[in-house]
Amino acid sequence: MSLEDGLFGIHGKALALRSQRLSLLASNIANASTPGYKARDIDFESALKEATTQQGKSAADVSRAVDDTMGYRVPLQPSLDGNTVELSTEQTLFAENAVKYRTTLSFLEGRINTITRALKGE
Amino acid sequence: MSGSGPLNVFDIAGRAMSAQLVRLNATASNMANAGNVTGSAAEAYRAIKPVFQSVTDSPGVSTVKVQNVVTTNAQPTKRHDPNHPLADKNGDVWEAAVDSSAELVDMIETARMYQNNVQVLNTAKSLMLETIRIGK
Repeated sequence: MSLEDGLFGIHGKALALRSQRLSLLASNIANASTPGYKARDIDFESALKEATTQQGKSAADVSRAVDDTMGYRVPLQPSLDGNTVELSTEQTLFAENAVKYRTTLSFLEGRINTITRALKGE
Repeated sequence: MSGSGPLNVFDIAGRAMSAQLVRLNATASNMANAGNVTGSAAEAYRAIKPVFQSVTDSPGVSTVKVQNVVTTNAQPTKRHDPNHPLADKNGDVWEAAVDSSAELVDMIETARMYQNNVQVLNTAKSLMLETIRIGK
């Protein structure tokens, strides 16, 4: 277990995964009008599980977990041009992911405050 | 790849915005030429359309670019108007091959897509700013 994991627990990797997922969902939204584009996403829960159970360098774990848990979105109503981006779905997930990113940030903030106070001895 | 390093969320949304802007320009050109009249079928304006293509960096992370702008093969409408100064010897003129209602629909869609990307950019920006302020 690295120092970072000891300080921040699960939240360090959760933040990295949230950030990766932000890029994925942004890609889907960017390609909403590209013919033939297939929307992709990760299963966050299993990605986090994979990233936290593996040992070794944290950055490699996170990107491997993203690769392993990535899948194609199944569209509710397939379009004729082969594009599987449904803006309502992508926007909802993007917003949800942003809120959860903020949540993880506040958890991290809490940890940092705790450690700072312990160091200062207030 | 044009930039160095992996695509970040700002590249993704920014380049998608540029692509949508090309599309908006194409729509504007088409709308501007709608109803233009010429003396022969060959000279008549034909609608132009951008072709979008996704640019993939790592799996799942991709942005969009305009591969090229093509001229559609829609045929200009022949109209019999002998009094028109541009009319040929049969008294026919050709109207630009632009479907104005389809162009308007396309314009609205382009505007919505652009707005979506602006929203993505704003959200990502505020998240990044909150992240760099952490612990202060």
